[in-house]
Formats: sequence, structure tokens, C-alpha cells
Amino acid sequence: MDRRDFITVGGGALAALLAACNSEGPPAAKGVLEFARRKNQDVEEALFRHLTMDHVKEGGRLAGDALPRYYVSPTVPVWDPSLRGAWKLEVGGAVRNPLTLRMDDLRGLPSVTQRVNHYCVEGWTALTQWTGVRVSLLAKLAEVRPDAKFVDFQSFDSGYHESWDLASALHPQTLICYEYEGSPLTPGRGAPARLHSPVKLGYKSVKYLTRIVFLPHQNGGYWTDRGYEWFAGT
Amino acid sequence: MSETMTDEARPVATAPTISADPAGATPPDAVDPARSAAPPGPEDPSGASAPAGPEAPGRSRHHWLVRLTHWVNVVALTAMVASGLRIFNAYPAFAPRGGTFCCYPFAGQPIPEWLTLGGWLAGARHWHFAIMWLLVANGLLYVGFIYLHGEWRDLAPRRGDPRDAWEMVKFYLFARREHPRQGKHNALQKLAYLSLLVLAVIAVATGLAIWKPVQLGWLTRLMGGYVWARYWHFLAMLGLVTLGLIHVFMVVSVDPYSIPAMITGRYRADRSPERRNARPFQHLFGPVRPSGATAEATGADAARERRAAIDPEASRDDDTAERS
Repeated sequence: MDRRDFITVGGGALAALLAACNSEGPPAAKGVLEFARRKNQDVEEALFRHLTMDHVKEGGRLAGDALPRYYVSPTVPVWDPSLRGAWKLEVGGAVRNPLTLRMDDLRGLPSVTQRVNHYCVEGWTALTQWTGVRVSLLAKLAEVRPDAKFVDFQSFDSGYHESWDLASALHPQTLICYEYEGSPLTPGRGAPARLHSPVKLGYKSVKYLTRIVFLPHQNGGYWTDRGYEWFAGT
Repeated sequence: MSETMTDEARPVATAPTISADPAGATPPDAVDPARSAAPPGPEDPSGASAPAGPEAPGRSRHHWLVRLTHWVNVVALTAMVASGLRIFNAYPAFAPRGGTFCCYPFAGQPIPEWLTLGGWLAGARHWHFAIMWLLVANGLLYVGFIYLHGEWRDLAPRRGDPRDAWEMVKFYLFARREHPRQGKHNALQKLAYLSLLVLAVIAVATGLAIWKPVQLGWLTRLMGGYVWARYWHFLAMLGLVTLGLIHVFMVVSVDPYSIPAMITGRYRADRSPERRNARPFQHLFGPVRPSGATAEATGADAARERRAAIDPEASRDDDTAERS
């Protein structure tokens, strides 16, 4: 290879590089990226341990109001009982004993208050405190059938939902929350009740919950269908 | 296996090999007298002729696997940095929500988009989490190869390195006239290449820590928590980019002859920076130091010569054969 070859090859590579910049990259890479995404999901599932807990530093400062309020509707979703009747949470799908829980029922169940990190896909974290009921308890009460392998968490926020693998949903730190830092959830935080877990990225923690559906198959999700990873474990 | 390795192992330089140099860089008549008197070794203690080995006919300065992994690394590292910067732009800061961070003065300022890959956060994440396997596999292949094949000796720190590095600094700062004697790499290069390896290991470890802050929580806590792990990841990237840019600058301005060496393996050792007494943009095209010119004698050089005399290079064939 002489100098001219080098300039040709180098210039070509540089042009290809610049063309790839600030884009999703060459379309030919799509298949490879999709393959890697599937394999990464296998790795993430293999890494998952039911009893590996998220730990936070003692005496850390809670995020409080600094935790962003994300929703996909044009305005903050508010449950209006005069239009929709009293809010209730349905637990159904592949279960032997479907449940319909009013807020009083939910608050009557054994609860957990935990300080955990909130891991956002964007790269920020927040130290948060939640009170609620373990999804694993609801699964037990609903008598989930053995063919259930996934759980879909559905909301009244313009169809926002995310489906989970059963193992992550049954993790002890995966809660259906009704309190944030000791106060009932506000609309910005996902009132009346929301899902929260440190074992998945924030977008998997569905707010404005209405239904929990156990499924034999995966059911995508709002951000998952728009190109984000489905598993999104931490 | 052992046959290949023996072929590739650096041959001991002998006068006939050198005088047959097709590059014709060293006039045989000028070399021979000095050569015939010199004991065989990877470096000629007389300082009169080209360093041994790399320029021998049919010999490659870099094994093809080293060349391959070098260029794969260029692609993988570039893609990792560019996609990582795109991910960073989703939250170009380090403070946790409701908290502060001491050590990043540019919080809130995104990286220019043209430096990024992925187009959007999810796209960049797909790139980052795909190419990471290529980067790690390529790195393991390279490290495994140089360990088994012996090239690690060109990078392994030696006792004289700090002094040699200082001599190189003095040379580049014009505080020393003659280019210090060197082996395959000068001491500053060795430092840079070793640092690249260390930084790469840090980048991978911190990357795992922020990819799996719960399942690999022990690793994340080891680094001071998620926020710090993400910061170390960023700094490791900055270190890699800085060293990479310095590397490219030095290649272009001091030793452009090493570019074909990293592509085809062919290197004109008679045009090595040492032979040209080259500083950045100085003596790019020569003059080639005439044979017989003696390098400025320093303690470091003398020590190197003593090392060369007992250097295990000569027994390397046996070493590699034994291991394979």
C-alpha cells in the first residue's frame, strides 16, 4: 500500500464515519444491532437474581420534588371519579382468582416502605422512598397460573403500559406504590397507584395503574414499541 | 501452532539478514564491519546500524493479528465513544436528582451532535450495548495473543523505563540533542500503550457497573456508587480519547512510516524516529543518521545495552514453542 492508497482508504473510512455521525448509523447494521439486543436480553436474564437487592447509602438525601414527573398524555393524567367512578386496580389474566382492589383494599394489605434508587434510562438516578404492596403478594393472592411467564402493567395515561418478565415483577423490591416519601401519590407521581422497582429502568415503572395482567407471552410496552429495550434490567 | 509461532518470533539479527535488506537502507559495506564484530542480539550495541528484526525481509513489524485487532479497536472504540456521548447527552450532568456533584463544571452542556452516533437515546444504547462485545472480545484476543506470543515484552514496564521516558521528554523539549536509544517502542510510547490498556479495563469495569447497578451492585459500590461509576466511566473515555489523539498526532508528525507498518506490517526501520532523530514535524523525511554515528551515550543507553546483552529474546523461540 502506498501513500495514495492510504489516503483513499483513510478518506473513505473518514467519510463513512462522518456519514454515520448523529444518525442511527448505517442501515446495514440494523440486523447486527437487533441480534445483539436479543443476546443482551439473554445475558440480562441470566444475570438476574431474585434476592439481589438495590442498596442505598445510609443518610442519603431523598430526591423529593426533584424527581421528574413524566407522563405521555398532553396534560398530567388525573383520575376523575365523577367520570370514571371510583378508581380500582384489576389483577387478572392467567390467574385462578382475579382481583379487583379499591384503594382501601390496597392499603389494607401488608405494605412495605423502602428507600431505593430510581435508575432512569437517561443516565440520572434519584434516591426515592416508596410505600406500597409487593407485586409478589398480589400474585400470590391472585393465584397466578403456571403458564404465566410475563406481566403487563397497564395505565390510564393514554395507553401507556409495559410488560415485564415474571421474575423481575416478583422481585421483593417491585412494589405497587400509593405513597411517595410518606405522602399519598400526587397526579405528577402517578396517583392513585403506580409500579416502582429499582430492578428495572424508570420507564418500566408504570404510573397511573389500572390493570395488572399475567400473560403467557410478552406484550411489549410504550417505550419498548418505540425502540427502547424491553428487558431494561438494572 | 508452534510452527507458526516460531515463524513469527523475532529472529535474531545477523549480518547476512541485514545486508539482504531489500529496502537497501543501510549500505552493506558501511554495516558489515561493525556488524561482524557485534554479538548477535536484538539491538546492536555499537549503535551503528538499524535495530534488528523488524526490517528483516519477510518480517512484519506487527503480527497480522495485532494489526487486525488494532483496526478493529479503532472502529469499536470510535463507535463506543460516539454512542456513549449520545447517551450522555440525554443527561449531560452527574448530579443525582435533588443532589449536587462536585467535579463536573460543564453540567447541562450537551456534546456537539456531530460527535455522536445513534441518532437518539435508544439508538445510541443499541449501538453501545452491541459494540461493547466487539470491544471486549477484540481486547481479550489482543491481550491473550501478546501474552502467548511474546509481544507483551515490548510493552512490559522495565526498571529503566522512567529514566528512559524522562530522556524522551528531554529530547522532545530540545533539552537533549540525540534521540534516545530504544527498542521497538520508546519509553513514552510504552507508557501510553500500557495506559490505554489500563484505561480500557477501567472503562469496561465502570461500564458494567452502570449497566447493572443492582445485579452487579458490588461493583457499583466498589466505585463509590452509580454516580461515581458513571463519572469514572466518563473520565476513562476522556483518557482513552486523549491518548488516542496524541497517538494519532505522534504517528503523523513523528513516525508516519508506522502507518503502513500497521496495515501491511512492512516498516522501513531505517526511517525509524530514532534513525531520523525525529521530533514532531522535524526530520520527517530524514536525514537518516549515517551509519557509524554513535548515539549520545547516557546511563540509560548503557543500561539498555547491558540488558540487550542478556535479553532473553534469543531464547524466545524455545519459550513460545514450550507454551504452545
